[in-house]
Amino acid sequence: MIVSLLRILTLIRKELLVLLKDPKSRASLILPPILQCLIFGYAATYDLNSVPYALVDQDRSAASIALVAKLEGSGIFRREGTFARMTEAVPQLDARRALLIVVIGNGFERNLETGVPAPVQVIADGRNSNTSGIAQSYAGAIIGDFAAAWRAERGFPAAGVTVSTRAWFNPQLETRWSMIPSLIGTITMMMTMMLTAMSVAREREEGTFDQLLVAPFTPTEIMIGKAVPSMIVGITQASAVLLVALFWFKIPFAGSFFTLYAGLALFLAAAIGFGLFLSSLAGNMQQAMILAFVFLMPFMLLSGLMSPTENMPAVLQYLTMINPLTYAIRITRVVYLEGGRFAELLPDMLALVAIAAVTMPFAAWMFRHRLN
Amino acid sequence: MEDRPLSLVARDLRKSFRRDAKETVEALGGISLTVRKGTLTALVGPDGAGKTTLLRLASGLILPDSGSLTVVGLDVAEKPQAVQDRIGYMPQRFGLYEDLSVQENLDLYADLNGVSPAERRTVYPRLFEMTQLGPFKDRPAGKLSGGMKQKLGLACTLVRAPELLLLDEPTVGVDPLSRRELWEIVFKLIREDGLSVVVATSYLDEAERCEHAVLMHAGEILAEGPPAEITAKADGCCFLVKGPEGVPARSLQARLFALPGVVDAVPEAGRVRIVRRPDRLEEPLTLEGLQLETEPTGARFEDAFMMLFDSVAGERDHTSPAPLAASPENAADGTVVEVRDLVRKFGDFTAVDHVTFSVRRGEVYGLLGPNGAGKSTTFRMLCGLLPATAGTLRVAGNDLLKAGAKARERLGYVAQKFSLYGQLTVGENLEFFASAYGLRGNRKKERIATLTAAFELERFRDLPSGQLPGGFRQRLALAAALLHEPDILFLDEATSGADPLARRQFWGRITALSEQGVTVIVTTHFMEEAEYCDRVIILDAGRNLAEGTPVEIRERAVSGKTAPSMEEAFIAIVERERAKRTEKAA
Repeated sequence: MIVSLLRILTLIRKELLVLLKDPKSRASLILPPILQCLIFGYAATYDLNSVPYALVDQDRSAASIALVAKLEGSGIFRREGTFARMTEAVPQLDARRALLIVVIGNGFERNLETGVPAPVQVIADGRNSNTSGIAQSYAGAIIGDFAAAWRAERGFPAAGVTVSTRAWFNPQLETRWSMIPSLIGTITMMMTMMLTAMSVAREREEGTFDQLLVAPFTPTEIMIGKAVPSMIVGITQASAVLLVALFWFKIPFAGSFFTLYAGLALFLAAAIGFGLFLSSLAGNMQQAMILAFVFLMPFMLLSGLMSPTENMPAVLQYLTMINPLTYAIRITRVVYLEGGRFAELLPDMLALVAIAAVTMPFAAWMFRHRLN
Repeated sequence: MEDRPLSLVARDLRKSFRRDAKETVEALGGISLTVRKGTLTALVGPDGAGKTTLLRLASGLILPDSGSLTVVGLDVAEKPQAVQDRIGYMPQRFGLYEDLSVQENLDLYADLNGVSPAERRTVYPRLFEMTQLGPFKDRPAGKLSGGMKQKLGLACTLVRAPELLLLDEPTVGVDPLSRRELWEIVFKLIREDGLSVVVATSYLDEAERCEHAVLMHAGEILAEGPPAEITAKADGCCFLVKGPEGVPARSLQARLFALPGVVDAVPEAGRVRIVRRPDRLEEPLTLEGLQLETEPTGARFEDAFMMLFDSVAGERDHTSPAPLAASPENAADGTVVEVRDLVRKFGDFTAVDHVTFSVRRGEVYGLLGPNGAGKSTTFRMLCGLLPATAGTLRVAGNDLLKAGAKARERLGYVAQKFSLYGQLTVGENLEFFASAYGLRGNRKKERIATLTAAFELERFRDLPSGQLPGGFRQRLALAAALLHEPDILFLDEATSGADPLARRQFWGRITALSEQGVTVIVTTHFMEEAEYCDRVIILDAGRNLAEGTPVEIRERAVSGKTAPSMEEAFIAIVERERAKRTEKAA
């Protein structure tokens, strides 16, 4: 037992030496996660501002002017031009100069005052469905607010139902707030899976893996000797992303660091298990690299990072269940934004343990049996 | 011949390399050399003599620090591209694209060199005929044997019909049969095309066949001239010595090599061939108080080579090994390695076909055979790196594939290819492998210190092992395999690419180990190295062709010629068996 432990320590020491010896390779482990986090933080945002729109104001009344002022005062919309007729506004949308066309119908003011439904049409460019949808709903909300305020000012009774919305955990509904905590898992997964997948393949290519197999190491020892250094690197990278989230993007941390790190450790074990699994399938570094890419893309798409997993077809939903990143994103979001406690995340943690418990022993078994 | 035009003229060439900020290494220290058109010139010398540097200068890949160099009538420093268009250079590791087929590789080099389709129609058939690669046109280069890869590399170099051919160690890792075929191609080119060839080699029998040999040492020319002239310097100094009964030739060789008056000693057909210092020929040859009988024999190029090097190499280590003892095989205490009916198939292809042999404790056992004969496959199965398809194999009573980690503690393994951690320093590598085999504390320190000293690795301790010169990498690999004092040592072509001096040192160490009872199993392409073995097995196409002591193997190959060399015996046996097989097939 102690002998085995000493041998594992020997392997870990060797692995860390190979990884960290060269200043360039040290930098390549820590700088990319920070850069990626900054790029994601600024680039991957669904929050809109200065959305170009074309205005067709057929009413030309005090009310219509007040509505336009309200739209533009929000800072979200920027008028591309005002047109008398619909036919003149359409080319703006076709040429992608405007994302929306807002048509204020004839009799807008009169209808408002008489309590008859007042016609306002918002036409969106469906070619960019995501952004248009968001812009459309912004516009809808602003127009609704305007109508309610107008009627209230003039002593008309308010509409039967008024919906008041609040976003909890992320009051401004900033994409960045939900994106960055998810990156803690996503970025470390990309880096550690690559790292582990390549490391065994490199040893196979350079013949050093044969030396390890000929030496008195058991496959389990080799596996642990590969997993622990990657884990150390992964935790360091995750901490770097966390620091960027806390001190650069200043996103308030609601939960406990213990729960977060417990979740991250389990997640890394599962991700590294996958990496080792791919590595044990690959015969050389090129194959390992390709395999890692082939797996990383679906892992990202099927994780709930970009789109909610609940909306996916049932088959894909099953796939999300064997994806360690799904659980990592849930854990980091819940801990970071909601302050979720360990107990409520237990199912996710156990799922990660289960993934690691399958991939790791399989990888260890493959070390010796992939001897063609 | 003297009035033939000159293909290469070097005047006082100097070249230094910077190893790091502090240290510069002088690779060439003022070389002057001429190569006449249509001749074959061999550059021989130990590692670091400057052979490769000279060839790279001649091909215009690097520039000299000073001196002048004219190749095919052009100044290389001024017109490197014009020179490169008219010469062919084949480096040690020729850049074949492993995933491309033989034909595609050839096409690629023809494209790169701008060979027109019309020229290709005349050049290709001839190249395929010479290299006999025709039947393998569609095979990926990565799947060719070592010998075939070298032939393809040569074909790619010859695709635009160069005037001067520069070959850097073209036969390293190539078996004797392919080596002979490769040389036949080179001779044919000289004879029929009037090509000039400069070849760097560490096979001295190859140098013997050249018209002009250049002996280099530490960046300078030690001697040059026709090989016969150089060989003559050792005339009258060469003897065959027979040792006491039951003493392996390698043990006697190790002691004789350590004697002050002896320049060189190598085992040969159960006896030891020695070269004595010309000024000490009169003294009687005594070893441990015993006067030894010597029988004069003719000199070879290698004898003269060793003699010339002895005069400049400085004092060799003459501390004699332990006193001579009878070989441990006489006190046989059991079989260590046992292989019975071993079979390994890859798909339809049978790499190892019912091979049976056994090795006793303390024996040095050689696995010989052409490239692709199944030696490495057998080796990998013995080490537990590859499962056998059928048959049994036992190493110290265990099947290493199935046995636990404990069984592997007794094993040392040096792979064909350098396979230590290139990024880690020499010291870190030794440290890792010592710990891997469970050495700790003082014992670990002591073993590392002992081996670093024994293999003269102190000055490289902090150098990443990937940057070590070739010979020292080999030493480090062996040192790492010996840290834990294994009972059984597996060496897969461990001396491939090593120079003659390094090979003698290497075998000195192996001899010492076997005398301590270590069982050694080796594969090699150097047939003279088979002379160090107690017994050898010759494999071809996965089958056992012959097994026995080197003397028995020679006897089996005898056909008219009285004393074949080990290499001749090997070729004779393999060819005879191949002929039998094709007969049977027909």
